Amino acid sequence: MSDLTVGEIIAEQTYSLSRDTLVRYAGASGDFNPIHYRDDVATSVGLPGVLAHGMLTMGFAVQPVVDWLGGDSGRVLDYQVRFTRPVLVPAEGESVVTVIAKVGALDDAGARIDLTVRFDDATVLGKAQVRVAL
Amino acid sequence: MNPELQGRTFAPTAPYLVGREKVREFARAVLSTSPLNTDPEAARAAGYGDVVAPPTFPIVIGELTLAQLLAEPDAGIDFTRVVHGDQRFSYTRPIVAGDELTATLAVTSIKSLGGHSMVTAESTIVDGTGAHVVTAISTLVVRGDE
Repeated sequence: MSDLTVGEIIAEQTYSLSRDTLVRYAGASGDFNPIHYRDDVATSVGLPGVLAHGMLTMGFAVQPVVDWLGGDSGRVLDYQVRFTRPVLVPAEGESVVTVIAKVGALDDAGARIDLTVRFDDATVLGKAQVRVAL
Repeated sequence: MNPELQGRTFAPTAPYLVGREKVREFARAVLSTSPLNTDPEAARAAGYGDVVAPPTFPIVIGELTLAQLLAEPDAGIDFTRVVHGDQRFSYTRPIVAGDELTATLAVTSIKSLGGHSMVTAESTIVDGTGAHVVTAISTLVVRGDE
């Protein structure tokens, strides 16, 4: 990994989210806000529909970096995101989210990996940065 | 919401014991494919005591501190109006199964912006010996009346 260069793409991955994915995340995380599984509740609070937990998107968006680290999630030292747009998930079918991980900066300790996370032709996370030990 | 919340620190949460099956369940939920998150042998071969929790796992403990914040009688936070603004995890070391973690929440900032309120809360998570493991920083946006 010593021959990394800033701007280099280190991983690219596509994830398909269904309502099942959201319900599974609700159970695992303990976040049972019904806007993540009930259309009637989502629309009653002014949302266009059921949306993925932001923390679910944050959770899988780092996985291509973890895979690149040989599965060693313990080398993630710092991870931050801004939630800029929701990922809508229909009752039937799937929503496809793409993640591109690029080297943002390099130093003696490791690297900063910048994530570009897109759904429906728009980015859904801003300032998504992962500091990793190399 | 109540600006006097700024600077308030809450009581530490009851110790949370990180279970191997919980780590596996969470890893599956965030679409992890890493064997270190699910297979104790793979985790030990990589130098960890047991399965390693995915980077966003501290949010499970964050649910406990969020409940403290929402239950604060003078907070004035209507949960149906809360949107997650941003999130950060800063690690001293990774979380592994068997850790007993305690979180202490502090409200570090409250700002008003165009009718909305933004509350930033910092949850400091330590292990059973009191050593720092990870700090989780969350900014929540509380939408105003429209």
